[in-house]
Amino acid sequence: MSDKHVIKRAKYKSSTKDPGVPGVLKLVVNLCPTTSHYWNQIGIIPERVAMQYAQNDGIERFIFMPNDQKSGVKLNVEFKIVKGHKFTKEGSKHALLNLTQEQGGSYIFEFDTFAERDVCREFVARAIAFYTEGGKAGPERATPPVTNEQLSSIETERRIKLLQENSELQTLHKQFVFGGILTDDEFWATRKKLLDQNDSRRPKQRLALKNEMWSLKPLSDGQIFAEKPAVRQAYLKLVPHKLNGIEFWTKYSRAQLLHSTRNVVAAAAEGDEDEELAVFLKRDDMLAKEARRKIRRVDPTVDIEADKGDDYTHLPDHGLVRDETKDVLDPRYEPYRRSFSQDLNQHSAVVLQGRVVDAELTEPRDVAEALTRKMQAELSEDKLNTNFEKELSNRMSRSAELEDLQGPRDPAVAPLSIKDPRDYFDSQQANALKALGDPGSAAKPLISSASARQAYDSLRNVIIDINEMGLTEPIMNQEVALKVLSGLTQSISSTKFHLGNSSNDSILDMLPKVTKEELLHLKECPVPDVDIPVTRLKDAMSQVYPQLQEIKESVQSDFRHQVSLLVHPMLQALDAAFAHYDADVQRRSAKSGEKRNGFMQ
Amino acid sequence: MTPVSSKLYADDVSLLMVLIDTNPFFWNSAQSTLPFSKFLTHVLAFLNSILLLNQMNQVVVIAAGYNSCGYIFDSSDPQNQNKRAEDLLHKLEEFVDNDQELCREESVDGPGFSLLSGSLSMALCYIQRVFRTVPLHPQPRILCLHGSPDGPGQYVAIMNSIFSAQRSMVPIDSCVLGAQHSAFLQQASYITGGVYLKPQIFDGLFQYLSTVFATDLHSRYFLQLPKPAGVDFRASCFCHKNTIDMGYICSVCLSIFCKHQKKCSTCGSVFGQAQTQNSSTTPDRKMKMPVDG
Repeated sequence: MSDKHVIKRAKYKSSTKDPGVPGVLKLVVNLCPTTSHYWNQIGIIPERVAMQYAQNDGIERFIFMPNDQKSGVKLNVEFKIVKGHKFTKEGSKHALLNLTQEQGGSYIFEFDTFAERDVCREFVARAIAFYTEGGKAGPERATPPVTNEQLSSIETERRIKLLQENSELQTLHKQFVFGGILTDDEFWATRKKLLDQNDSRRPKQRLALKNEMWSLKPLSDGQIFAEKPAVRQAYLKLVPHKLNGIEFWTKYSRAQLLHSTRNVVAAAAEGDEDEELAVFLKRDDMLAKEARRKIRRVDPTVDIEADKGDDYTHLPDHGLVRDETKDVLDPRYEPYRRSFSQDLNQHSAVVLQGRVVDAELTEPRDVAEALTRKMQAELSEDKLNTNFEKELSNRMSRSAELEDLQGPRDPAVAPLSIKDPRDYFDSQQANALKALGDPGSAAKPLISSASARQAYDSLRNVIIDINEMGLTEPIMNQEVALKVLSGLTQSISSTKFHLGNSSNDSILDMLPKVTKEELLHLKECPVPDVDIPVTRLKDAMSQVYPQLQEIKESVQSDFRHQVSLLVHPMLQALDAAFAHYDADVQRRSAKSGEKRNGFMQ
Repeated sequence: MTPVSSKLYADDVSLLMVLIDTNPFFWNSAQSTLPFSKFLTHVLAFLNSILLLNQMNQVVVIAAGYNSCGYIFDSSDPQNQNKRAEDLLHKLEEFVDNDQELCREESVDGPGFSLLSGSLSMALCYIQRVFRTVPLHPQPRILCLHGSPDGPGQYVAIMNSIFSAQRSMVPIDSCVLGAQHSAFLQQASYITGGVYLKPQIFDGLFQYLSTVFATDLHSRYFLQLPKPAGVDFRASCFCHKNTIDMGYICSVCLSIFCKHQKKCSTCGSVFGQAQTQNSSTTPDRKMKMPVDG
């Protein structure tokens, strides 16, 4: 809020002959309304102050204060009404400055020195010029066309905006415009460029340039050749036949640039146009082959999958979240897509491998050739070791065997050998037939060999004959029928006679009386009592065995089976009695301590 | 599988499965005593008589050849109701032709063996089908008209068939035509509750068949039918092939020996010490249960 003003001692003369009233003349610069409005808008001055300033019509005014307050000559005149000014030449008696009004009045001031008078003169001149111009422009300003006003309001807003944004500009504006060095328009005229640019343009953050400082030094070449065998191969092939070194590396850097933009489609387009560029842009197949070869040589017992969860490097993009959506690429663009993780892995592999070729090699060509030679040597060595992998896997699988899951090497048991069941059956059949006592069975069948054809033919003929001739009448002779019927009847009745009507009938009734009585007697034998002499009973009982045997043998073969079934429980009872007796005797002998033969007599 | 109670169905309705032996080598060898033509004649007449006994009777004929078995005749077949005999013979002829084609041997010694096990299985399958498809069905039984000797290789299969017939409560009747008895069929009839018969007079085969084997299962409750003299199931020792009712048995393979042995000749297992005998009069041997059927 600096008011630019000039304060000088001067004498006010109403006319030239007037001695003048001594006092102080103050030439004051007020803020122009537009400026105060600006400053209000941008918050520098409060509104009431702006309004205050706005009320002051004139920018400049002069104030004269007499030394003697009582004289009553006080002047506060705006330069607006001052139309002109006159001044005495230097070297005249008095330094006078005459400010003339429109109406014809004038204010004359006498200064002590000409220098002071000149300063004031200049100030006054400027003020008058301003107002004259402003006056000229005034009527135009007073009735401005609509567009001008709009423009000016737009302009105003622009200017306000700029000043708000750019503090440096604001300082400059304050310095020049308020200092009176430049007018507002002049100030903005020089900064037209800024005004024009004051649009919706957001200053973007520019992409950082890829800082790939490469040079033709062997070091960096070696690194590139080591990491990218395709590049190396291309170099050996193209330089210096097709391209020179600079052209080659230019293309390479172009490829790198394309790659950095991650625009696969553009890369593919460029690759289609330029063969050599395509080599740089596409994926490196040699690298893939090498990787596969290395994987094959890994010890099979190493579990690569084990730490998958822990190892973030296996995640796509190292687990970093990407904003871009992974869209499915057209298959023809696929070779151009390279992955960050692949490049990183390859770089780290090369670093770990260390310096493969001699550091003294400086020419890129030599470096490339040396690397190629090394690679080929490795490949040939690998071919010699084709068996190595097989041996390795065999060794590993053998050592990885779990002992307790292995099957038995040799059977610990001897195989079971069983005789042919047919042998058993044959013997059985012979016995069965013998036992049946069939007279027919004794006769051996006539064994004659017959040809298959003959046998089948005779069979077939019989069938055909019967088909043609029909059944014979009568089917059989009636005598034969009678014979058969009587024979059947006899056999049925005899069987019944022998075996009873049903198998449930006891056969005891069929047996000879004596045998029957003996059996019954034996059955009803009482339980041996302690009082009865044991030895006698034992003798009697032991005699039963042969008797039963005799009975069984005496019975006809037809009944033998049934008899044996009857006899069996009797024999069991006898066995049980003997066993009981033996046990009892042993107990007693143990008690008495008498040594006795524990066996039956 | 008990048959459904046949209140609406007469009691004597029967389904008869006839298995005929068509082993050409057997018939060739038995030509003197029983020619095949006579056999066929008698069997055809018998089949007719079965069908006459009850209009709901069913008869199925299965041929057991040397190399194959096949269905020859099914009375429930709606085709050829008027010409059953012709149809049967025609099919039999075809079967014989097929059997001959399957024959790989030029000549066979003796009567050879017929496929009894196969025919038994086919009969049982047919019976099972009847059980499962028809809610009301006649009482099934099987009649084996067999002459060929028993083939030892079919022992297990025949025993299995016998046991399945027993389970299904299907009696197996046996009419043995050959010169010797058939142990297989004896056991089959015994186990399943059928009738076993070996005709003495072959000329009267039809009489045998109509007297004994035409009886339905219901009538058998009150008819006396020939019973076998006895099926001998006694064991025979492996060492001398003698029939014994007391002996030693290997606990591993159940082989039977009449005398004590240190080692089993069949499976090779070693026996323990026999208990010493102190008494001469009483042989202190453990009585073995005679092998019973």
